[in-house]
Amino acid sequence: MNKKSKLSFSLLLDDYRDSHIIKKIAERIDQSIAGIDRKIRIMEVCGGHTHIIAKYGLEQILPETIEFIHGPGCPVCIMPKERIDHAYIMSLEKDVILVSLGDMMRVPGSYGSLFDARAKGADIRFVYSPLDTLDIAKENPDKRIVFFAIGFETTTPMTAALIERQIKESLKNILYHINHVTVPEPMEVVVSEDDSNIDAFIAPSHVSVITGAKIYQPIVNKYKIPIVVSGFEPVDVMESVRMIVQQFADNRAELEIEYKRGVTTEGNIKAQKMIDKYFEKDDFFRWRGVGDIPQSSYRLRSEYSYLNAELIFDLPDNSIDDHKLCMCGDILKGKAKPFDCKAFGKTCTPGKPLGACMVSDEGSCAAYYRYGRFNKI
Amino acid sequence: MKEILLEHGGGGESTGKLINDIFLEAFSNETLNKLEDASPFFADGKMAMTTDSYTVNPVFFSGGNIGKLSICGTCNDLAMMGAKPGYISCGFIIEEGFGIDELKTIVKSMSEELKKNNAVIITGDTKVVPRGNADKIYINTTGVGEIVYDGLSSSGIGEGDMIVVSNSIGEHGAHIFVMREGINIKSDLKSDCRSLWPLVDLLIKAGIRIKAIRDATRGGLSAVLNEWARQSNVCIKLKEELIPVKREVKGICELLGFEPYHLACEGTFVMAVDREDADKAVEAMRSHEYGSNAAVIGTVDSEFISKAVLETGIGTKRILDIPAGVLLPRIC
Repeated sequence: MNKKSKLSFSLLLDDYRDSHIIKKIAERIDQSIAGIDRKIRIMEVCGGHTHIIAKYGLEQILPETIEFIHGPGCPVCIMPKERIDHAYIMSLEKDVILVSLGDMMRVPGSYGSLFDARAKGADIRFVYSPLDTLDIAKENPDKRIVFFAIGFETTTPMTAALIERQIKESLKNILYHINHVTVPEPMEVVVSEDDSNIDAFIAPSHVSVITGAKIYQPIVNKYKIPIVVSGFEPVDVMESVRMIVQQFADNRAELEIEYKRGVTTEGNIKAQKMIDKYFEKDDFFRWRGVGDIPQSSYRLRSEYSYLNAELIFDLPDNSIDDHKLCMCGDILKGKAKPFDCKAFGKTCTPGKPLGACMVSDEGSCAAYYRYGRFNKI
Repeated sequence: MKEILLEHGGGGESTGKLINDIFLEAFSNETLNKLEDASPFFADGKMAMTTDSYTVNPVFFSGGNIGKLSICGTCNDLAMMGAKPGYISCGFIIEEGFGIDELKTIVKSMSEELKKNNAVIITGDTKVVPRGNADKIYINTTGVGEIVYDGLSSSGIGEGDMIVVSNSIGEHGAHIFVMREGINIKSDLKSDCRSLWPLVDLLIKAGIRIKAIRDATRGGLSAVLNEWARQSNVCIKLKEELIPVKREVKGICELLGFEPYHLACEGTFVMAVDREDADKAVEAMRSHEYGSNAAVIGTVDSEFISKAVLETGIGTKRILDIPAGVLLPRIC
């Protein structure tokens, strides 16, 4: 630990959790919704929002006509089993150190989780910042470090930054297994289905800090559906709901930014260029629970294929389905709630997840399991 | 002699020197000094006994070390049964090559902690294992103590009781996690590792009617309260804003996606007390440095039987869940 950054947890966040402000916004929502004679089903795309809604019990202070549908925006949850198997296989190769972000550790593949691999002797480490991988690589020059990259557009530039630093420092021993996925494409999949019942979207702010809010404009234009880019504090989520309700009251369907303190229309151009330098869109990615979605992920550009662990290791190219009982597909599309699933809380728990939504804390089933089981189980 | 060698565990001259120079030097008392195969002691009344093995990594942390933890932990287990810590046994498993100076530091903190508990080590054992066969040092301690406050039980909590914590929560877990995983955060956070008997003694002497008491170690506050809710068949309801959590702990939780209620405490307990005694208990604990942030944090009723429930500042309710397995930082 040579470079340390001082943590100062300031009062910055307190206003965005202030119970008086939250209650005030709830009152304003009540007023705006008075004239609206219909249900408003809002899909919060990102698991982080699902988590905040459950953690603060926001549904309990919102009108009954507002319903949250929990979307497919949890990068750990949507990781198909075969790719977790890749991580498992690579980690057990000789002289390999597998590096990933924390949540990945517990996700079960068909052989087991990375914890199981660790118990078998694999050297697996999780980092908070991808750049910590550089230190691991320098401390272990005779090992191959495989960075198992996950996350949406938020974490993609961090992986790009790692590649850039590695090349600049002429480090030869870091390889990449890229699983970076993008947000707008799965949104379009769920909203374009014939029986889609989604009336509005709450989109994640951290993605748009990088990409800008503009990535959602085509969906708003094509499907005439309100999208509000929201921050991750309870005040943010409540304010975003209020903005959506107001759009319905005004009979509008627009792209709006609630998280103005970090998001612009254009986003972080430098970060976008970083992504573009090292990555290109892949033909498709298989989303666990949803299926193949074209152009919904990144792969390394061919000039960096010497860093591509998928080409260097001998990895199986198959697809593995979830358990038959699992309703994750319907839940991720907003057609079912976690409590509708027969496996929920019985054969499928956070300790032993059967499907995508129970895997990470950010998954909708995990959030319901953690915070919402008052009388159900 | 700078490092522990295999011969220190061989039973010969080196072992004798290690025992004399390090262990007896620090733990000296009439019974232990005789170095018999087993140590006789007198017991009167109802006794409690507990054992625990300590494998913490890192061995040294801010606010303590494995040695301090090995005495606090075992004495605290006794204190949580209303037993006054008395006699302790102590077994060391040391990896070949471990520094003698480090061992001395560990043993010295053990001795300091024994004094706080007014307890003595009366028997011990040392094994040295080849390099790589253990991670630096492991310590097992067993403790025996006389029960001076009987009837504590996690199934004896009833409607109307109040839930009280002795101090702010989550400090040990947050600090150890950050150190162990080499996360580049500099904070003033320390482990709360400390002996709890002095506080418990204070409560007993103040005549507080304690129903249940438990140090919130692994699994933190939420593991204890969920177990109590189930075993006593009640609903334990906490008010989130009343639970004392230091800003540093909140910051780490914020960064890594943890809940302070899941993080281990090593010198903080939670108890259920008779409603009328709650304020008095808080007042008594606040008079001691180990209870400076003591607070009433919740009540017991029957709304959601067998559940621990958290009431948020906006008046909504949610389940206080138990963490699934190992704590992992979330990615976004």
